[in-house]
Amino acid sequence: MWLNVVWFVLFMAIVGGYLILDGFDLGVGILHPFVAKTDDERRIVLNSIGPVWDGNEVWLVLAVGVLFAVFPFVYAALFSGFYLAIMLVLLCLILRPVAIEFRSQRPDPRWRATWDWVFFGASAGLSLLLGTALGDILSGVPLDAQGNIFIGLVDLLKPYPLLIGVTTVALFAMHGGLYLALKTDGALQARVKSWLPRLMIAFFALNTFVVIGTVILHRQVTDRYLTQYWPVIFPAAALGALILSWYMLQRSRYLEAFAASAGVIALLILSIAVGLYPNLLLSTISPSYNMTAFNAASEANTLAVALIIAAIGIPLVLLYTAGVYYFFKGKVKLERESY
Amino acid sequence: MNPEILSRIQFALTVSFHYIYPPISMGLGLILVIFGVLYVRTKEQKWRELSFYWLKIYGLVFALGIATGVVQEFEFGMNWSTYSRFVGNIFGSLLAAEGVFAFFLEGGFLGLMLFGGSRLGPRLWLLATTLVVFGAHFSALWIVMANSWMQTPAGYTLQQTPNEQIAVMQSFAAVVFTPSFGARIFHVFVSAWMVGSSLVLSVSAWHLLRKRHEELAKSAIRVALPVFAVLAFLQVFVFGSWMALVVTNHQPTKLAGMEGLWQTTSCAPLYLVGWVDPATQTTHGIAVPCLLSYLAYFNINAPVTGLDAYPSDLWPPLQLAFQAYHAMIDLGMVFILIGLIGAVYYFWGRRIFTTRWVLYLLVATIFFTELATLAGWWTAEFGRQPWIVWDLLKTQNAVSPTLTAGDVLASVGIFVLMYAALFVLFLYLLNGNIQRGPEPLEEPSGEEPLPDTFREIFRKRPPRTDLPAEASV
Repeated sequence: MWLNVVWFVLFMAIVGGYLILDGFDLGVGILHPFVAKTDDERRIVLNSIGPVWDGNEVWLVLAVGVLFAVFPFVYAALFSGFYLAIMLVLLCLILRPVAIEFRSQRPDPRWRATWDWVFFGASAGLSLLLGTALGDILSGVPLDAQGNIFIGLVDLLKPYPLLIGVTTVALFAMHGGLYLALKTDGALQARVKSWLPRLMIAFFALNTFVVIGTVILHRQVTDRYLTQYWPVIFPAAALGALILSWYMLQRSRYLEAFAASAGVIALLILSIAVGLYPNLLLSTISPSYNMTAFNAASEANTLAVALIIAAIGIPLVLLYTAGVYYFFKGKVKLERESY
Repeated sequence: MNPEILSRIQFALTVSFHYIYPPISMGLGLILVIFGVLYVRTKEQKWRELSFYWLKIYGLVFALGIATGVVQEFEFGMNWSTYSRFVGNIFGSLLAAEGVFAFFLEGGFLGLMLFGGSRLGPRLWLLATTLVVFGAHFSALWIVMANSWMQTPAGYTLQQTPNEQIAVMQSFAAVVFTPSFGARIFHVFVSAWMVGSSLVLSVSAWHLLRKRHEELAKSAIRVALPVFAVLAFLQVFVFGSWMALVVTNHQPTKLAGMEGLWQTTSCAPLYLVGWVDPATQTTHGIAVPCLLSYLAYFNINAPVTGLDAYPSDLWPPLQLAFQAYHAMIDLGMVFILIGLIGAVYYFWGRRIFTTRWVLYLLVATIFFTELATLAGWWTAEFGRQPWIVWDLLKTQNAVSPTLTAGDVLASVGIFVLMYAALFVLFLYLLNGNIQRGPEPLEEPSGEEPLPDTFREIFRKRPPRTDLPAEASV
């Protein structure tokens, strides 16, 4: 049983890791056509994530792999039930690396402008879809006794999930903007900085609506907050981290501001996990069909093997990821192999 | 068409399109490692120029590999949710292990490999390259483990849940080292190295035909040709034969289907080309007598079990399995011939560099190695039908119950359009790179040596003032 609890926590941590790391890649993609005007500026923006975006996306691949291994019933229900939405996610996941790679292959301005917009579309689309999917999960889905979800694409695009989708776009744009502030200088950095306060305010306003909406509409995930009070420290700390990020940005301490916005994402995921636990999928048909960390998990043997794999692999990953970030630290420089 | 048929088409299409790229990531990666070793040892500038040139192509191929590879991990759940529930305990762990061990290695060091050339000394750059290439192989290793488990499942027990029966892991060691894993992984690695070396041969031969970058092209051929020629030989006589033995022992209906063997026969023939005729239950074509018996049992008189020993609902799709298998083995034999011709024309006074028909033959090779690799996977996967997990779960029972034909038709349509566009663009850009050829390198600036040990990386680097980025703003 403790293995199920550990895996619930670890899965949420991996999802959080993905959102923090790929979140700034996606944010950079969202801001790309707006903050960077010349080809050199756009190359700087692309190369700010150039050496790391691939490693960051692997966190998503890992999260899906872990879901398959550890909570196969959730994986099967979610991916088959959200079929067309997942297809759109795939479309974005395919087009983003292709746009980054293809853009730099030819100098023609129209070619490059086209791929810049594909890069933007894939980044913004993926952010919107991930947020919307999260919104649908928090709303609950028509999960039946056989563990299947019969729902059409249109029914996934309700106002509340879409609001979370838009909030996610704002959050990632802010997070990516703070990363760009750290990695650029000169006129480009000044333009990024002029966008950041607006993005932070927009995220704050949208997120406030999300919180209000969740409390009113979805008692299943806010019950723990409204009856026990103490978990409120997590969303409160997220707000604190946002304020800290703002404060650091005003003092041009970009690394601290970026770290604080990573903290915002981590604390929001933690808040969601606290609200959901032990559920992973909520059924709108009957609460007895809910999928939890206990009834939707693999057997103990698999959970143990997967934990050993994670215990060996994840520290190694963190170690050399830190090394790569250290190596590429500082402002972006364009070189002959750059995108 | 129902969702099941459409899902089969979609998976076959997406996984086949994906598998154009990973063999190049592995095989061209191996060649890049060899170039890197040669540069570190000889310090000859040509190996560095070749590395920079092929790295650009590697980056392009890698991007498409990543973009098309993530699709499969999602599709198991999207289209095959019953399968996903059935195998989640087992198959899922292998995918997760692939993610944590292999993809992170590739993803983490790809940046250093692609962008490290002007920032790292040759030894550290080679290390980054080696780690990415190792990661690519490691990734294939886990996937081949997972596929081998579907072909020859082991280390599991069946368990009844309220809704269905699922497979539960009993022994991780037995799950990863299934009876078909050893043969399959070598077969896959060798085929990938053949694809990678043939790509280098093809492009270099093209440059020689065009009389451009001739010295570099000759150097590249000197590296790639022996790799290709030796592997072509080993693939047919060692690794391919081993794989056939495993199929004989563990998947007899697949063997009978691949070879179109209707009746159990001693001294069974091996076809070179042929046609399966289900109406008359015969197979026509040019065959080598008794060769199948020899390959399967090392005895020309050994009886090989035919399709007649099994009910027809357990037969694989005969024509598809037969034609895919024979395309693979025929091409395998052609590769031995190409390797021999290359070797003869090399040692016969280096005529390979000037003989036009040999160069054209080399140019064509990459198309055939890619085709042979795909045909090999088609053999494995068509031959496994009607099972998705051999003897445990049929493909027709594995599909997601939630799908509508409209959903899958839409996704198939998106994939077809997008992949067609991507493939055209990929070929266009690849061709651009090939026609441009390697660019001469400026000498390293020299005033500040590049870090070539870990100690030098983590020593405080002086801030650089020559920022071209600043100047252009």
